[in-house]
Amino acid sequence: MTAVVNQLPIGLSIAAVLLLVALGLTVTFGQMGVINMAHGEFIMAGAYTAFLLGDLLLALPAAFVVAGLMGLALERGAIRHFYGRPLDTLLLTWGVSLVLQQLARDLFGAPNVQVPAPSWLSGGIGILPYNRLFIMALAVAGVAGIWLYLTRTRLGRRTQAVVQNRRLAATSGIDPGRVDMLTFFIGSGLAGLAGVALTLIGPVGPALGTYYIVDAFLVVVAGGLGQLRGAVLAAVGLGLLNSYAEFWSDASLAKVLVFAAVIGFLQVRPQGLVALRSRALT
Amino acid sequence: MIKRNLPFAAIAVIALVAAPLLLEPFRLSLLAKYLCYAIVALGIGLAWGQGGMLTLGQGVFFGLGGYAMAMYLKLSESGGGLPDFMVWSGVEELPALWAPFANPVFALTMAVAGPVLLAVVLGTLVFRQRVRGAYFAILTQALAAAMVILLVGQQGLTGGTNGMTNFFELFGADLADDSTQRVLYLVVAGVLGVLYLATRQLVNSRFGRLLVAVRDGEDRVRFLGYDPALVKTVTFAVSAGLAGLAGALFVPVVGIISPALLGVVPSLELVVAVAVGGRQVLAGAVLGAVVMGYAQTTFSEQFANGWLYLQGALFILVMTLAPKGIAGILGRLRRARTA
Repeated sequence: MTAVVNQLPIGLSIAAVLLLVALGLTVTFGQMGVINMAHGEFIMAGAYTAFLLGDLLLALPAAFVVAGLMGLALERGAIRHFYGRPLDTLLLTWGVSLVLQQLARDLFGAPNVQVPAPSWLSGGIGILPYNRLFIMALAVAGVAGIWLYLTRTRLGRRTQAVVQNRRLAATSGIDPGRVDMLTFFIGSGLAGLAGVALTLIGPVGPALGTYYIVDAFLVVVAGGLGQLRGAVLAAVGLGLLNSYAEFWSDASLAKVLVFAAVIGFLQVRPQGLVALRSRALT
Repeated sequence: MIKRNLPFAAIAVIALVAAPLLLEPFRLSLLAKYLCYAIVALGIGLAWGQGGMLTLGQGVFFGLGGYAMAMYLKLSESGGGLPDFMVWSGVEELPALWAPFANPVFALTMAVAGPVLLAVVLGTLVFRQRVRGAYFAILTQALAAAMVILLVGQQGLTGGTNGMTNFFELFGADLADDSTQRVLYLVVAGVLGVLYLATRQLVNSRFGRLLVAVRDGEDRVRFLGYDPALVKTVTFAVSAGLAGLAGALFVPVVGIISPALLGVVPSLELVVAVAVGGRQVLAGAVLGAVVMGYAQTTFSEQFANGWLYLQGALFILVMTLAPKGIAGILGRLRRARTA
């Protein structure tokens, strides 16, 4: 029993990181149908931003902006020419991801670097270490921020309109291109935040993003397209499943179990946890 | 008929006669390696180019075939005793999973049947639920990631990160010997040729037309009374079987199988190769695998770091400027000349 409880903060903080990563993916995937394989490298960029600045609180906004601008550049420079060709975008962004990883290797060196955690995050309450608590708080803040943005601001409501029906939104006077830019900026920025969070629980390396990107995509698949609620539930579910499976079996079987669980889940709900109701066929 | 097969016949003569005579042994076994990848690419060309299923996990099937072959080789060398790496990782008794692989017929059958079975199960589960497009791509990629972690973790069974290497003989022939490598090359080239013709036959058949129809309008095909899930599952299984066979051939040619050869990155690299060669036609897939394999060896020999930039950049360029790849460019040139 105590083992179950002790594993909980680890599972929840993995879930929190997954959530931050998947939030960005789910908005870009949901809105534009774009699979951005370079999303993992935005995590890495956020983590290296934290490494360069050396101050956690300063790093958060900086990483958001750095990763966000990278996303914006990618969207304007390449992805926008590929709308309606999701599989081509996937391969294109993978090429970008390769280049970014090599760039990081050349700039910062191949070995991992360690970002010292601030002293006020050492210690904890009972079994809850402060650093993991901070990551969870960050994820909660991220979700709350996105939710407020989507439902309470003009721009956010326009974004939702584009997600639900792109062409209808365009006919109503919304410029989908501008909404896409903003969405990509925010989505990539969130990956940057996830990168900063990761510096609190482990070292930073050029391949950092690749460890999380596959799981984050699984969260998007299980959660349902472009749905905040789905992403939150799926991230918590998969994060906990991951850490408990690692705990009870061994780490090598855990990923297989998670994969099997997602396939099994899709048998019950092929559209994901929360699906946009639509009568469209495809 | 004769005219259509002329390019194929010419290439077959070059590959089977000229290459073994002209290339030095080292280059010849490199070419054999590219041709193994070309067999995998053939499967990707079928599943992705013709069927629209972007599979990012072909490395898994390639690996299953490769490990089946490697298990046989290890057991035949140890004479049914414990393979060397098991001794190093402290395994005392031969695992039950390994025992039947001492039989070469069983091992070779499993190298193809294992991947086919996995693809049938996965395909049935996924395609029945109409999970497709990007979702399918993500799932296959997750499978590749999980497979690597599993292989690395089960050190005693699989050799962990190092995989399996140090193979000395195949059916009694010395693998280090040049003549063995030449025979292996001829086998690989012959198998690729036969499989290419068979796959082309499949694509030109009624089934092939149905497959293209499923790619372009799955729902319409369903309304016409066909079962798209079945068509896709069969195609996916064929492509998995091709990858498995390629893996089994790869092991004696290259002399190693390890998780690094079948993870997310190598799986994607092969998809890239198919895109570069031209996914619309099967020959493009084969061409792409050979060209990219050659490019990788040549460029990474000269500047190791530059290769990743070049590969990434090439990829971005092909996707933006020539989505139909080399085959598309060649086709356009030919049309321009006849016009």
